[in-house]
Amino acid sequence: MTPAEIREEILDILEDISPDDDMENLDDEKSFRDQLELDSMDFLDIVMELRKRHRVQIPEEDYGHLASMNSTVTYLEPKMKDIVKS
Amino acid sequence: MIAPNRASQLPDDQRIVITGIGLTAPNGNDWATYRDALLKCRSGVQPYEIRYFGKTLAGICDFDAKRYQSKKDVRRGTRAGSVGVYAANEAVKHSGIDWENVDRSRVGIYVGVTEHGNVETENEIYIIKGFDYDTSCWSHHHNPRTVANNPAGEIALNMGITGPHYTIGAACAAGNAGLIQGAQMLRLGECDVAIAGGTSESIHTFGIFASFNSQNALATHEDPTAASRPFDINRNGIVVAEGGCLYTLERYSDAKARGAEIYGELVGYAINTDATDFVLPNPERQAQCVNMALKRAGLSADQIDIVSTHATGTSSGDTQECKALREVFGQAPSVKINNTKSYIGHAMGAAGSLELAGNLPSFRDHVVHPTINVDELDPDCALTGLVINEPQEVAQVDYILNNSFGMLGINSVVIIGRI
Repeated sequence: MTPAEIREEILDILEDISPDDDMENLDDEKSFRDQLELDSMDFLDIVMELRKRHRVQIPEEDYGHLASMNSTVTYLEPKMKDIVKS
Repeated sequence: MIAPNRASQLPDDQRIVITGIGLTAPNGNDWATYRDALLKCRSGVQPYEIRYFGKTLAGICDFDAKRYQSKKDVRRGTRAGSVGVYAANEAVKHSGIDWENVDRSRVGIYVGVTEHGNVETENEIYIIKGFDYDTSCWSHHHNPRTVANNPAGEIALNMGITGPHYTIGAACAAGNAGLIQGAQMLRLGECDVAIAGGTSESIHTFGIFASFNSQNALATHEDPTAASRPFDINRNGIVVAEGGCLYTLERYSDAKARGAEIYGELVGYAINTDATDFVLPNPERQAQCVNMALKRAGLSADQIDIVSTHATGTSSGDTQECKALREVFGQAPSVKINNTKSYIGHAMGAAGSLELAGNLPSFRDHVVHPTINVDELDPDCALTGLVINEPQEVAQVDYILNNSFGMLGINSVVIIGRI
């Protein structure tokens, strides 16, 4: 997956777990928590969905990388570069 | 004038009254629509399909969960939670309580459930099956969804209620049990407003259908609306339903002080146990339970105007309840007897509270809704006073007795008086 495809995938997951939030104006630089109604269970949903959809494992000590869209995509790029977007 | 009962002799702060009714049933999402369906003999049973089990029938609710919940809360929570949140909000709205200024720490939530957690557990097992049973794909939402207090807890979260909340697991006697628990807590001073009754999400677990089917107790019929047919000779089992009905209960003194409209007073109740079988009812114990409720209310059998039966449409269960009712009401031919499961199926934890709610309008409209789908009355169920297939007008309704029984031999009875 390219960074753009990873971003699209994360956006898709966020739309699922936070369906009341408008993702159109999401600022990739800003933290998700500052823009969306997300709590710790929601972040676990991101981890769970990546595991289910792509078998990507994210250890607990790396959860901090999921703070914003940019940091998430940067973190996931090496883990997802060989995954072909279906 | 209403015939006197023992509860009416109590001080006003020990008398418990119903001041609001919120519900979703397979044939109505508010009290008035539901009552209208019962008087027009409109069933809520539909064709239904669920994983593994396949095609069957069910009582399905179509309330708008998003009226009171965000999409996210619907996704995160359970169906029982959504049913509860809807019914609780509707009840509070109906009560006319100045909710914004209510001390939420003095509100208690007491929700009867037949079972909880089966739906969510089946879902998770189904999901991890797609991952070769890798439990790392098991949702972190599973525990908060399946803790036994979930349906009550979701109401508390949604409405900012910080008083006590819990569920009462009482099989299919739970709707009455929730109501009784709420009344007891008000009398003990544990809360000032009780949100009490029952909920059910049972149609979303294949296990309940499969288990009733294996027990030869699941209804089948080519016409879904005719499948739930208590007291009919050709009844062949239960139609499983979802739904919920929660009441706002208050002390009579509080309700009077705020000028609340009152829909009935809990004048008597009883819960007892058969202690004889896992599933088969015991009419002797059922009769004892009814008699205990009458005694506590200070009423005789012939002072009851309507008996709302529990009968589920099983061969043995209906006959046994009729045996119990003959024992108690055999010398009281003026008592009208009906059944609401014939319209909506068996709403499990919600059955008791929903069936009571269907009858409460009789205090005002003086009409008894019938039990429907009785094409040929089973002679063993031919109770004097059974109202069949057509509503019946009566001169006055002062007391309604509501039966609700469940597996493991739990029996519950409530008596509501006109006020």
